[in-house]
Amino acid sequence: MEENKVSDITLSPELFEKLDDSEKNAEKIAYESSTYLQDAWKRFKQNKLALIGLIFLLIMLVLSIIVPIISPYTYDGQDLTLQHAGSSLQHLMGTDKFGRDMLVRIMCGGRISLAVGFAAAAISLVVGVVYGAISGYLGGKVDMVMMRIVDAMYSIPDMLYVIMVVVAMGANFVSIMIGVCLTFWMDMARQVRTQVMTLKEQEFSLAAFVLGAGKSRILFKHLIINSMGPIIVTVTMIVPRAIFYEAFLSFLGIGIAAPQASWGTLANDAKGLVSTYPMEVIWPVLAICLTMLSLNFIGDGLGDALDPKKK
Amino acid sequence: MSNPILKVTDLKVHFPVAGGVFSKKQVVKAVDGLNFEIMPGETFGLVGESGCGKSTTGRAIVKIYNPTEGKVEFDGEDITKIKGKELSQFRKNVQMIFQDPYASLNPRMTVGEIIREPMDIHNIYSTKKERENRVRELLEIVGLKPDHIRRYPHEFSGGQRQRIGIARTLALNPKFIVCDEPISALDVSIQAQVINLLENIQKKMDISYLFIAHDLSMVKHISDRIGVMYLGNMVEIGEADDVYNTPLHPYTQALLSAVPIPDPKVARQKKRIVLEGELPSPIDPPSGCVFRTRCPNATERCAKEKPKAVKVGNRSVACFLYE
Repeated sequence: MEENKVSDITLSPELFEKLDDSEKNAEKIAYESSTYLQDAWKRFKQNKLALIGLIFLLIMLVLSIIVPIISPYTYDGQDLTLQHAGSSLQHLMGTDKFGRDMLVRIMCGGRISLAVGFAAAAISLVVGVVYGAISGYLGGKVDMVMMRIVDAMYSIPDMLYVIMVVVAMGANFVSIMIGVCLTFWMDMARQVRTQVMTLKEQEFSLAAFVLGAGKSRILFKHLIINSMGPIIVTVTMIVPRAIFYEAFLSFLGIGIAAPQASWGTLANDAKGLVSTYPMEVIWPVLAICLTMLSLNFIGDGLGDALDPKKK
Repeated sequence: MSNPILKVTDLKVHFPVAGGVFSKKQVVKAVDGLNFEIMPGETFGLVGESGCGKSTTGRAIVKIYNPTEGKVEFDGEDITKIKGKELSQFRKNVQMIFQDPYASLNPRMTVGEIIREPMDIHNIYSTKKERENRVRELLEIVGLKPDHIRRYPHEFSGGQRQRIGIARTLALNPKFIVCDEPISALDVSIQAQVINLLENIQKKMDISYLFIAHDLSMVKHISDRIGVMYLGNMVEIGEADDVYNTPLHPYTQALLSAVPIPDPKVARQKKRIVLEGELPSPIDPPSGCVFRTRCPNATERCAKEKPKAVKVGNRSVACFLYE
């Protein structure tokens, strides 16, 4: 029994006692493993502001869709006997100078404003991410040419594009959206390019390369996934900016044409009446403000939630 | 003697330095004419100070960098220009373990996904179930629990992450692994564990290693043979014990005299060779022998000619002192 000797203690069976079951399971992992999206949702829920933002945005979306359908009024139905009415049971948000129901008009405006915002963000997302990722990943001459094109386009003021497109294609929803996208995808492309350039030198993308992963696999599974945080932040910046652009165009008189209305046109229509009928300005402005705020909170929450390091 | 599994002949890796519009184009000679061979089942240690081209050599072997000149032969086949199917086969045979376990795992993938990725890329198993089983098996080989499969890398310590990295490398059953300072980012206590793991795997799976490190005592422990690099050149190659006990090249002597000895009595008697001057820039290396600017034995000849590797016993030394 020479081997069992440690210095001068002789190991005998009496020195040992049996483990009880609690210690046996000490190494066992107790909590359930969850998938990436489940984890992200769990983290998102912990951020109360983001959750409130999301709920508000969903309510806004649902109301924009439903209210104009179920309401007895239409967005262009005039009632000249009821001009500038205050809030009442018939007209929850009152009426405007032609006696049109404000609630229906704001919800119809919400449809247009939100659609412009989300569509612009979605198109910028796809175009910008693909363009930026290819430019950043390939680098060298390809990157040089691709980025000089962006620089050249960037040197023209944003609003000029939008106005040119709207003038050329006529003032409608599609032309405004295209104009807005023409300028916003470049921000996204630059953002993604920078991210991809730093990430592609990191050891995990080198490791994927050494494992024999193809270009598209490295790009989509390793580089773009890891740029998701900044991409989402940029997207949530684009939505409100697109809504503002649309409102600004409406102010210039080349936006959504009357009698249709977006939040921008509603606020502008009523801006002269701010001292006499303030509620007519406050309602659309409130809609814009709260939507922007919600989008910002959601963006913040998503940025944290999608990053597993911030558990 | 059998054929070497890896043979590097006159390998040069030069990087262009982006000059301004008016300045001349310059090149960094990161690796400038390396020759060495690695036998099947052998561990070849590559040492040298920071910036001497160790990692560049390793990366050129796994084709992250393309060599400017020279050949890298794996199993008798030049791999510097291979493409398509041959390249994919080469990827299965030659893998790499990276230095920083915090950077070498994709933070957005679970451990299972990370280890399964090489199998997904090369379509090794037909069903998802088989891959999953293999992942569990690999986790056990590297000393992790199969339950860890759905965790993310940030939930692990440095040593555990390095084990995950090793499991990923082993997924393809490689014959040759380039270990690029796999332990330098770890705690000393963890270093020993990882080294033992690497040694066990080598015994079990008959893998050859190119082990890059700057910790000489660790390299001596794991390596069969050692190559010492200085400024993109190989100055000495020999059996690990020989190089360690009787260094021949003046640079190796200086390098080894810097290794701390854990015995104050012996340490006090030891004479430390302190090198004069700075490490020259690899953009403009000295003429002739690159070490001559700091060598205590430099002669006029060292400035004119570049010393060729000479055989001294079973060693090779690039120095005129041994001609």
